[in-house]
Amino acid sequence: MPTVLLLGATSDMSIAIARTMASKGYSLQLAARNEQRLQPLRSDMEVRYQTSCTIHEFDALDFNSHVSFFESLPVKPDITICVFGYLGENEIARANWQEAEKIIHSNYTGAVSILNVVSNFYAKQQKGIIVGISSVAGERGRQSNYIYGSAKAGFTAYLSGLRNRLFHEGVHVISIQPGFVYTRMTESLSLPPLLTARPEQVANAVFRAIEKKSNVVYVKWFWRWIMLIIKCIPEFIFKKMKL
Amino acid sequence: MKHSIANWGNYPAIESEERFFTYDDQLQQLISKSHHFIPRGNGRCYGDASLASETINTLKYDKILSFDTDKGIFECQSGLTLDKILEVIVPKGWFLPVTPGTKFITVGGAVGSDVHGKNHHVDGSFSNHIIEMELVLASGEITICSLQWRPDLFEATCGGMGLTGMITRVKFGLKKIESSYIRQKQIKAGNLEEIIRLFDEYKQYTYSVAWIDCLKKGKYFGRSILILGEHATIDELPEKYKSHPLKFPAQKQITFPFNLPSWVLNRFTVKLFNFLYYGKNFKKEINNVVSYEPFFYPLDAILHWNRGYGKKGFVQYQFVLPLEAKQGLVEILKQISAKGIGSFLAVLKVFGEQESMISFPQKGYTLALDIPVRKGLFEFLDELDQVVLQYGGRLYMSKDARMKPEVLKAGYPRLQEFKDIVQQYNPDGKFRSIQSDRLLLTPH
Repeated sequence: MPTVLLLGATSDMSIAIARTMASKGYSLQLAARNEQRLQPLRSDMEVRYQTSCTIHEFDALDFNSHVSFFESLPVKPDITICVFGYLGENEIARANWQEAEKIIHSNYTGAVSILNVVSNFYAKQQKGIIVGISSVAGERGRQSNYIYGSAKAGFTAYLSGLRNRLFHEGVHVISIQPGFVYTRMTESLSLPPLLTARPEQVANAVFRAIEKKSNVVYVKWFWRWIMLIIKCIPEFIFKKMKL
Repeated sequence: MKHSIANWGNYPAIESEERFFTYDDQLQQLISKSHHFIPRGNGRCYGDASLASETINTLKYDKILSFDTDKGIFECQSGLTLDKILEVIVPKGWFLPVTPGTKFITVGGAVGSDVHGKNHHVDGSFSNHIIEMELVLASGEITICSLQWRPDLFEATCGGMGLTGMITRVKFGLKKIESSYIRQKQIKAGNLEEIIRLFDEYKQYTYSVAWIDCLKKGKYFGRSILILGEHATIDELPEKYKSHPLKFPAQKQITFPFNLPSWVLNRFTVKLFNFLYYGKNFKKEINNVVSYEPFFYPLDAILHWNRGYGKKGFVQYQFVLPLEAKQGLVEILKQISAKGIGSFLAVLKVFGEQESMISFPQKGYTLALDIPVRKGLFEFLDELDQVVLQYGGRLYMSKDARMKPEVLKAGYPRLQEFKDIVQQYNPDGKFRSIQSDRLLLTPH
């Protein structure tokens, strides 16, 4: 069975993706900064799904380690899913460069750094699937979270370019646009239930996208239309809105 | 951010700051920074045992840590729910050693309430099957406890409603099964005398419980249906099931879509329901083989069935009386019937021996009934409490939302011992619920 590498495996979304993929028979490689946290998840995967599951230390912000991280994997994954990200607080990040930098590196630079390594390997072997979890926040900058949004915008553009390039190498790239999701990252926000997905719904969307080789997937279909409308608002009106 | 939470009875509902955790380090942090809180799982106790202005929810702490398929030993984090455990163990030929009437409870809740099931007279309560468990104490210390190691802490944690510490890991023994089916026997009993006699006559059955009509008066007072069961062996299965004896039952679920207006449930609709329910078993005795799902969890097929009691909610009144106090049972049933507050679901069972510090079960009759919250109900229940105490019985804290502290004290002879242990491990009342405050189990 194919092997899936999950980058940023400790998040709620990642756990849901790991469970969905394992339940469909995929082998798992879980990678996160805090390896110890992954131990219970590994036993859970092994007992529930009798699948092979290995855990690996990976720090998205330690760019220099990314080449050796990928080289050290005992088996090269058939599918790489880039899940890590950091919402941060826009208000703090406006004034505090450390917070802004963390948001940018966690959502953009770190992803580019590791996916460059993965994509070059896949290009060479002429096969592989890359999945990036981006965000609808990247589709238009809003005053409430434009630093996160701009980093995700960069990531979305990166995935789109990568898809274009790797198409010719037989490698497929999927962009997932989740919209609001109930996770630890959004626990303190009050989210509209109708527009908010559960992590399991994101996981199912990821699985289906892999099976169907989709390109850009909105977890809840109406987000595509909501974002289309938001993108169509003329700038002279948009700038006056409180979003 | 505070939001409204309630348990299964939807009474009471309170505003609570509910926090979740996935990892041990997150839990440590939450415990150290919270002033006071109560651990909370899936909110399936009925009353206020897991309600507080701050709660730490275990539902994301739900990993299976090990499963020895030869010896039937299972270990998991405390937020895992029983339905998820069944998915894993049933296909491997194992079953829960003890299960309550819903599978949507967490393992932490099963320990905190020390739940019992239809097999109590044979297998005891959940705590009987625990090999060891891990707790995080109010001090932040992580400790193991079992019958051998820190037995005082172990005993006070089983049925201790989360007041000794946060249960994080539980290792327990499972029950071996040959098939996922139950050989079921249902017998109609015309009155209370008969059902009590039948319980005794069929006590060798592993599983036994009775549905009882609380509103019937006169000759048919206490008419019931006794439901008995055994895990079916492969030989006992009908031919069509034999090829897949451990088949995991298909989950057919419907959702109760909205709160039923409170007036729908009244003496007449309950009487009608009882008439139909009793009448559906046309024969005196029915013998058949059914999946474990409808046998153990008939109501789990209807998600949110508690909405049937309206938005004011309901309380479940569950007490146990010693075997020799049969007269007490008659008296309580008569009062309920006279008051006309009978519920759709009144369940009678005979418990076996149990000597615990704070767990509910003790040898005798236990009756559980759902009663919608309405004016005058609590005064009436206070009167019933007195009858229960007079006959040497007690109430179940997991179902409770209104008992007075004196009633708890009179019903649990080892209460002081329990309070002393809570005081030792939770001296400042860091772990506290609105129930523990009401029952004076935590300092004020």
